[in-house]
Amino acid sequence: MSVLIFVDQADGHIKKSSFEILTYGADVAKQLGTTADALLLGATKEDLAALGKYGITKVYHIDNANLNNLDAQVYAQVIADAATQTNANVIVCSHNQTGKAVAARVATKLKAGLVAGACALPDTSNGFVVKKTVFSGKAFANIKIASAIKVISVNPNSHSTVIGDGNATVETLNINVPTPKVKVTAVNKISGDIPLTEADIVVSGGRGLKGPENWGIITDLAKALGAATACSRPVSDADWRPHHEHVGQTGIQVAPNLYIAVGISGAIQHLAGVNRSKVIVVINKDAEAPFFKAADYGIVGDAFEVLPKLTEEIKKLKASA
Amino acid sequence: MKILVCVSKTPDTTAKVAFKDSNTKFDDAGVQWIINPYDEWYSLVRAIELKEKDAAVVIHLVTVGLADAEPVMRKALALGGDEAIRINADSHDSFYIASQIAAIAKEGNYDLIFTGKETIDYNGSSIGGMVAELLDMPYTSLVLKFDLNGNTATVTREIEGGEEVSEVNLPLVVSSQQGMAEPRIPNMRGIMAARSKPLKVVEPIAVDALTSIVSFELPPAKAGVKLVDADNVAELVKLLHEEARVI
Repeated sequence: MSVLIFVDQADGHIKKSSFEILTYGADVAKQLGTTADALLLGATKEDLAALGKYGITKVYHIDNANLNNLDAQVYAQVIADAATQTNANVIVCSHNQTGKAVAARVATKLKAGLVAGACALPDTSNGFVVKKTVFSGKAFANIKIASAIKVISVNPNSHSTVIGDGNATVETLNINVPTPKVKVTAVNKISGDIPLTEADIVVSGGRGLKGPENWGIITDLAKALGAATACSRPVSDADWRPHHEHVGQTGIQVAPNLYIAVGISGAIQHLAGVNRSKVIVVINKDAEAPFFKAADYGIVGDAFEVLPKLTEEIKKLKASA
Repeated sequence: MKILVCVSKTPDTTAKVAFKDSNTKFDDAGVQWIINPYDEWYSLVRAIELKEKDAAVVIHLVTVGLADAEPVMRKALALGGDEAIRINADSHDSFYIASQIAAIAKEGNYDLIFTGKETIDYNGSSIGGMVAELLDMPYTSLVLKFDLNGNTATVTREIEGGEEVSEVNLPLVVSSQQGMAEPRIPNMRGIMAARSKPLKVVEPIAVDALTSIVSFELPPAKAGVKLVDADNVAELVKLLHEEARVI
């Protein structure tokens, strides 16, 4: 019995959400009185022994060229085999793009109950119950897993990383890696941008900005804060901004530490995508905008005047730090 | 070419989320039901676009739900499906639902299975992957663009901070999202035609659910907004730095 954490990489580097689930998995293991191990697939540039400082015992590294791109079928086969070989009864992964591709397949292979989109540690006082977000962030459900093996995919930005001491043992496993059926032909990264679902801070613009030509004040503020940029649905529907920036019920759901909404009225569908943010700041010239009811801080004012000043103040703060 | 489009009924995006029976059930009083937007706008419409290019394409719709799911299935037929199948069961366990869909899919021998990237109520993002696993098919998730060339699909999917393009041979399971097609509304001809299209009801196969919902919770209410004067932006920065400690 142990916890196996599937660690996800991009370009040979472990993703932020995977560091979070290392801590999550180690916490689950503590709760169950067992150990947590990590599983990493494909070539890496990371120092794997150093992952011990997240509280895990072993890192299983399967370095096979067939694992350098994601084929959900191949990954699921390898992760399920690793779980069986290491006698894992809880498998943890991130509910990010990769997790959404593989968690369901792994669970099905292992006849394991899956909680997808967990936002808290399991409650093991009466069975095994995991809290997850439902209704696109408008509510939570507590889900009981009945099966012996459990799979949990954890929402990014919902569990804080804790770094301690220690080294992990790095081992490999003897696993047959099938040939992928999905052939990756191109990867188009949006250079320099911070991935929206991983960002600690998000600056988001709405129709109040009047047109795509005015987005400079949003990107300037985002740059000063080291933030990702996002937008509301009308903005992406009008093609002012790319679809992948659309935050809301039918777009991306985010849970950053700080969400700054500029010129967004706060329709219920938009709020569903952002209401797990720790702190929400709303800047809108309409004092009656419903978003203010969901905000922690607000400024009633013209974005075109407020934002440049805000960017200047942030720069001052960063310079003094 | 046979395409199976998985359809789920979900509360309208503006529905008030509340619970009943000691917070164990969704309170659907006064709730408008719609086709899950990802199933409708992207999966179904993309399937219809493929049929418009190639008349040999046959589109079947499948849902797992009770009789109250039928209006939503009729609407999907009005948009353009050829035939609908309702598996007569009510479940919130994704493995149970996926097993039902996989049983139908096996029987129907589909080349392509479309699911929405998630439902907007339970947000599992799980059905596509589970169906693919049960059928031992490849699976491409969070798909932004989908094209077919004979038996080979060219698929663009979302990755962190970008997109990945890949090629994969059918049969294939896809989860769809924004970008794959442009939303449409059914026209009068479609609505009339939908009335006479077959909507089959089949009984579920025996499957044990692996999970169950114990209870629901609503997020704690916000304490209230702290307003800062528009002429005093420095104050906001100070609050975010010293009080909220987020910058």
